[in-house]
Amino acid sequence: MKRFFRDLKRYNPYAMYAAKAELKSSVADSYLNWLWWILDPILFMLIYSFVVKLVFSSREENFAVFVIIGLTAWDFFNRTITNSVKLVRANKSTVTKIYIPKYTLILTKMYVNFFKMLISFALVIVGMIFTRVPVSFNLLYIPLILATLFAITFGAATIFMHFGVFIEDLSNVVTVLLRLVFYMSGIFYSISGRIGTNNPLIAKLLNLGNPVALVISSLRDVMLYNQTPNVLALIIWLVAGVLISALGVCTIYKYENSYTKVI
Amino acid sequence: MSKAITVKDLWIVYKSLKSVSSKRALFSFGKNKLETFEAVRGVSFEIEEGQVVGLIGKNGSGKSTLLRSIAGIFSPDKGDIDLHGKTVSLLSIGVGFQNKLSGRENIYLSGLLMGFKKAEIEEKIDKIIEFSELGAFIDKPVKTYSSGMYSKLAFSITAVMETDIMLIDEVLSVGDEKFKKKSYDKIKELISDKTRTVIIVSHNSDQLKKLCDHIVWINDGVLMMQGETDEVLEAYKEFIK
Repeated sequence: MKRFFRDLKRYNPYAMYAAKAELKSSVADSYLNWLWWILDPILFMLIYSFVVKLVFSSREENFAVFVIIGLTAWDFFNRTITNSVKLVRANKSTVTKIYIPKYTLILTKMYVNFFKMLISFALVIVGMIFTRVPVSFNLLYIPLILATLFAITFGAATIFMHFGVFIEDLSNVVTVLLRLVFYMSGIFYSISGRIGTNNPLIAKLLNLGNPVALVISSLRDVMLYNQTPNVLALIIWLVAGVLISALGVCTIYKYENSYTKVI
Repeated sequence: MSKAITVKDLWIVYKSLKSVSSKRALFSFGKNKLETFEAVRGVSFEIEEGQVVGLIGKNGSGKSTLLRSIAGIFSPDKGDIDLHGKTVSLLSIGVGFQNKLSGRENIYLSGLLMGFKKAEIEEKIDKIIEFSELGAFIDKPVKTYSSGMYSKLAFSITAVMETDIMLIDEVLSVGDEKFKKKSYDKIKELISDKTRTVIIVSHNSDQLKKLCDHIVWINDGVLMMQGETDEVLEAYKEFIK
């Protein structure tokens, strides 16, 4: 535990710098470079709006903002987890040459994805201004919601990164799992509004048992509907996320030096 | 004189930690045969502060594994390594750079990883760039570098950042003649600092003779001999005949 905080202090500057460098290099050779950070969420929002309006005849108001909020949280989770599975292998050149606590690699990815998330949050705010969504003090819950998202994401990423080193095709499994979570998280529909009308029990289970769904619905509560989120559920998942993270970090500390023997 | 590196009964085993597919992980759990390869078998030695030690042995005898475990990349399976709180850096062929980033950014990343503060790196970055002779290439992505330039940059970072313990894995032969001479001189200069400890892996006995005051010889993961340079090199020459 003490070691975690000491290492965090020492390697955090590295993670930050690496994240910055990665962001910079990812846009350096593309034509529209940094515009992609903005275009990406907008384009996906348009696709989902199109599909949902056309196929599912949506009922949600402010659908554009509704979808972007979902995508914002989802992309952060999805990207970090997807990256984490192959993270150690992807950084082979670094990890075989110098010691680095391996979760630092996750932190780097989280910083990168957090930056992209901020941009899509900015879009949400622009959308809120345009559609004149009334705002309230409920917005103050956002830090709690995001903390829950970070804890869960980091925790899950540590576990997936660890097993990803030893199991080569874990990424296939994770892709399928993530797709399932994607549809179960109500990114382009409202869980309580859609599933809830027929199967209130399943809707409740999804909303409380799936942390990503909980985070997304909470964000919508505070940003769109002026409602207080389910604070208790958020805190329970925050604690769970911290515990999973602690478990993941301990596992990594225990086995990280054998990673280099495998890859 | 104080100790810099203490290696005690070190064992490093490459276990059946082969990565497997999830099918095998699921269905043959517990059935996996333990295929082990013992790369280092019970090596112990001590190196004093300020010593320059050569590490010799034929290919595959565990030299690089040993260096990596001293650098903290491998954990020992048995025994332990005590660095007495000193900073350490490993310099080997093709040091870990991020290909998409520029040389300058890679200097920062390597420096931060070695445990230096950003300000300390900023102080030394000009010296590193100058030493590496890369000129304008320093702001180009590393993937555009030739292999020589790559190694030059790697060497410059380790040489200028100056950790307490330097581990050098067969890189004294990088670059063109001019750079070789320069890096050789730089090593000599670093060695003249009485607090710096250096371990050099090399197959070049002449070089070792000139640089080192001690030699550690390992064969098939076992320590064969340790002692004065001439003495050990003599015995080694006899052995490989």
